[in-house]
Amino acid sequence: MGETFAVKVLGRAAGKKVREGEIVFIEPDYILTHDNSAAIIDKFESTVPGGRIRYPGRIAIVLDHVTPAASSKDASGHKKVREFVREQGITNFHDIGVGICHQVMPEMGLVKPGSIVVGSDSHTCTYGAFNCFATGIDRTEAAGIWITGRTWFKVPETINIELTGAFNAGVSAKDLILTIIGEVGAGGANYMAVEFNGPAVGGMRISDRMTIANMGIEMGAKIAAFPANFVTSKYYEALDLEFTGAIWSDHDAEYARTLEYDLEEIVPVIACPHQVDNVVPVKEMAGMKIDQIFLGTCTNGRVEDLKAAADILRGNKIHSGVRMLIGPASRVEYLKAMKMEILQDLVSAGAVVLPPGCGPCLGAHQGVLAPGEKCLSTANRNFKGRMGEKEAEIYLCSPETAAVSALTGKIRDPREVLK
Amino acid sequence: MNVFHYPQNDINTDLLFPGKYTYTCSTGPEIKEHLLEDLDPSFAGAVQPGDIIIAGENFGCGSSREQPTLGLKYAGVRAVIASSFARIFYRSSINQGLLLIQSREAVDYYTEGDPVAVDPAAGEVRVGDRVFSFPSLPDEMLEILRDGGLLNHIKKQNALGDDA
Repeated sequence: MGETFAVKVLGRAAGKKVREGEIVFIEPDYILTHDNSAAIIDKFESTVPGGRIRYPGRIAIVLDHVTPAASSKDASGHKKVREFVREQGITNFHDIGVGICHQVMPEMGLVKPGSIVVGSDSHTCTYGAFNCFATGIDRTEAAGIWITGRTWFKVPETINIELTGAFNAGVSAKDLILTIIGEVGAGGANYMAVEFNGPAVGGMRISDRMTIANMGIEMGAKIAAFPANFVTSKYYEALDLEFTGAIWSDHDAEYARTLEYDLEEIVPVIACPHQVDNVVPVKEMAGMKIDQIFLGTCTNGRVEDLKAAADILRGNKIHSGVRMLIGPASRVEYLKAMKMEILQDLVSAGAVVLPPGCGPCLGAHQGVLAPGEKCLSTANRNFKGRMGEKEAEIYLCSPETAAVSALTGKIRDPREVLK
Repeated sequence: MNVFHYPQNDINTDLLFPGKYTYTCSTGPEIKEHLLEDLDPSFAGAVQPGDIIIAGENFGCGSSREQPTLGLKYAGVRAVIASSFARIFYRSSINQGLLLIQSREAVDYYTEGDPVAVDPAAGEVRVGDRVFSFPSLPDEMLEILRDGGLLNHIKKQNALGDDA
């Protein structure tokens, strides 16, 4: 019987044949932390006073969550991180403005096919787009790995998701992953790996793979991974990096469950408050008035997403009853959008561009909601209180749905405009 | 001893500890003040050492923030008993030394006011007049939990290494 991606990649890292359910100890290739590094430093220093990081070359720190600092407390945290990276000789440090960690990690070439990356952020699963076994851990565990260089994993079972067909106009990767989460449920893939297979995966853009893998955690998955292929190789070629290490499941791998989706049958959908698996067709919500639109985040802040919105908003004005925030995922994506004059289109239409970073997604700054307000967002979570106010409502959608809704200030199906 | 009963499924980390405080609260006392703020505003004032939480499926889903597990451990919560747990939360609880008990049967059996007692060594939880057994953790995890969390475990390992 063949093996899954998760079994193979953990087996390779453990240096032995492994079985599902087995506990393996491995040394991750990279350990990502972000603004929460400040708290991790405290844990590190209280556990091993004056100690050194076991493998400084495997540490990556990106300041992205509350950047630039919104308070003196945030600023002190950032300062502590800057001092620590100098003391410990951590070279993979990216200060404010470089972008969201999950966009920056691949851009910096730290996410490689067949590698293992852990991060003190639940959306670390994004790197599955690059054939990487990547998953979230807590701050304490990050501190532990800084000290010991290793951690444990239970070899997970795998859900196989077979994709066929192509999206219709006005439908994109976000609609697909929200549809899947709506069916699987918020805990439906708990403790499990998810693999994406099938003919539709072959030509899928890296940006789409990232949108999909990013939301694996919203169905509880440990990892959400894609095979590496020609599209993946092009990404590394552009970075001038060698394309090696890729690994994938055998054709006769045994899965806990297989689900099939024909992309042609996917329609624009929306995740309603306050759960990501509360998914309905956009059509059902059409006409509902919204107060704020947020286009950005590690889910949908790439140039492909900004372009999808700019193509709809170009030459038009955002409705006066709604405000629109744009959060480019990284400096690289921001620069691409500038060069392609996408930002010009968005700003001319009335949007507000935020610095590259997490922006208002986690409710700390840059677009916190008022009680009773409704926000249409391309982010990955709509939990109660997520955007800083428990009496506000968050609706998750694609960049296309966000942009067409900006024109009327009301939720609208993008297929009315994109045909 | 209080038993806090939150029967709904998918109680997420924002309900357990709002994200807006993530970068301003990281110590036990700071966290405790906002624990479960958007789920049960009375919890933080009422919780006592030895208390138990009973919840539904997929408890702790969402963010990897550790304030929920760290805060519950700091507040002295004896155990969280749920039908199922989200993966990062489960892992984080081991790292904090917080006892989690997965027992759908115990959760389903519980009715308001039932006395609840846990015996992790025996792998048993008592609800009212009934005893439910729950599977033990693998040895590696049990050791971390017994040492009072991952960092205490590492400290202990380091101390043993120095003696050798």
